[in-house]
Amino acid sequence: MAIIEARALRKSFGTTAALDGVDLRVEEGRILGLIGPNGAGKTTLLNSILGLTECEGELGVLGRDPWRERDALMRDVCFIADVAVLPRWLRVRQALDYVAGVHPRFDRAKAERFLARTDIKRDSKVGKLSKGMVTQLHLALVMAIDAKLLVLDEPTLGLDILFRKQFYDSLLHDYFDGNRTIVVTTHQVEEIQDVVTDVAFIHRGRIVLDTSMDELASRYTEVVVRPEDLQAARALSPIRERTLLGRSILLFDRADRDALAAVGEVRAPSIADLFVALVGGA
Amino acid sequence: MSPLSNFYWSLRRELWEHRSITLVPTAVAAVALVSFLVHVVRNPGNPAVMAAMTPAKRAFAVAMPFSMVASVVLLSSFIVGIFYALDALHAERRDRSVLFWKSMPVSDTVTVLAKVMVTFALLPAIAFIVALATQILMLPIAHSSLPLGDLNLGRMTVVMIYGVAIHALWYAPIYAYLLLVSAWAPRAPLLWTILPFLALAAAEKIALGSAFLLAVLRYRVLGAMSEGFTPNALHSPITQLSQLEPARFFAGPNLWLGLAFAAACIYGAIRLRRHRDPS
Repeated sequence: MAIIEARALRKSFGTTAALDGVDLRVEEGRILGLIGPNGAGKTTLLNSILGLTECEGELGVLGRDPWRERDALMRDVCFIADVAVLPRWLRVRQALDYVAGVHPRFDRAKAERFLARTDIKRDSKVGKLSKGMVTQLHLALVMAIDAKLLVLDEPTLGLDILFRKQFYDSLLHDYFDGNRTIVVTTHQVEEIQDVVTDVAFIHRGRIVLDTSMDELASRYTEVVVRPEDLQAARALSPIRERTLLGRSILLFDRADRDALAAVGEVRAPSIADLFVALVGGA
Repeated sequence: MSPLSNFYWSLRRELWEHRSITLVPTAVAAVALVSFLVHVVRNPGNPAVMAAMTPAKRAFAVAMPFSMVASVVLLSSFIVGIFYALDALHAERRDRSVLFWKSMPVSDTVTVLAKVMVTFALLPAIAFIVALATQILMLPIAHSSLPLGDLNLGRMTVVMIYGVAIHALWYAPIYAYLLLVSAWAPRAPLLWTILPFLALAAAEKIALGSAFLLAVLRYRVLGAMSEGFTPNALHSPITQLSQLEPARFFAGPNLWLGLAFAAACIYGAIRLRRHRDPS
């Protein structure tokens, strides 16, 4: 079953098109990394999926129209917009009370267990917690909700590297069980490389690549080419060529592996390199 | 969860966030109580003077301090309500916590109605309880200096409940309008409330030479007394139930025009919270 199904999604702000015909399908049990530069339309797409903004085109989330059925949808969908949207005056205990009071799928004991592993005190106000702790608290609240879809928009923005690592470890080990579906956007492409099962590139309001990591690995190949084989390698029509520390690195789309192995050292490209190759830019 | 439970937790949220709802009336009551104590110590009262008064005059003199203290507490909650309403739908956008609240299965309607409930019912109810408690605490202090036998606290309480209720209804359009500005204003909702009004009032004065707008506002702030009580109730403590005129209050068009305006503002505030793009 498709958890998210979008066809020809459009949304304009004034004369700028934030979404310019987005097609996207996310199946149950996948972890999709949505990657794109600032202003590419990531947040607009997520806001549409969450029913926070109205858009043109067809959009179904868990079989519902998110804009019209937002209140019902929020029982099965959870999201973290980015760090520090928990209000500063809120106490940890009040946050637990509130979510327990309004969310039918919240398991308070589970949230308490997550919090017990941190240094967060129940009486603390959010404003007194460090940025990392606020994220831990938010994550503890969200992970204790038995949601079908979790949306994370830049969840680790502004966190130091230790917390970022911890964040995704928790998410994978304590939350993800193969039935839930997660959509995550981030600037730190490398930190979700090993977390996601699928990746979608968004650029200028369009999806330029939407593929599973398995397919990505079998389709795209990067070759570190020996100087003497450069001409032969170029003949295999790479989609991008770059030089790193004096060595030429060529990226191929659906090329013959044996032929590639003959001209250099074959390896899997990083998502970041692939993004640059497909979207262009710096 | 049911809308009712969502509504309950949304109200709890308002009380957590805006502690002034309970703290300010309580603090004002404490100050009033201490002031009254100082007053009684400095003016022990003269039983002979009191005894020489006519019963009606004596009833006024005894009721006066109780009435004044209650008025001060109720006025403080009106002022708290103004600042609360201006902040209620603006603060959550300013600190972006609106995204957290919207990630919960609580509708915009329930959220906004909880905030409306705070201004229309919760604040007046809290102010009433605090005022009544203060009056009760005044009794032992006043015991030595005032002939409390002439005080009818039960009747005063009925008058106060009536006064609080008609003011809550009468002020509904003010609070609803402030909530609407709070939902709309890009920043500084207080300025967005005052400046357009001042500009319009000045324009009216210059163009037409009239002050209709100011008169409307003045009547909205002060008018509940003249709509809901007999004219002689305006300048001294109300001691007789015959001074209450609920039939006239509820029959007048001003109340219902105000309530219709309030409903429109609340509808607008809900729509704004729902449709505004979060970013």
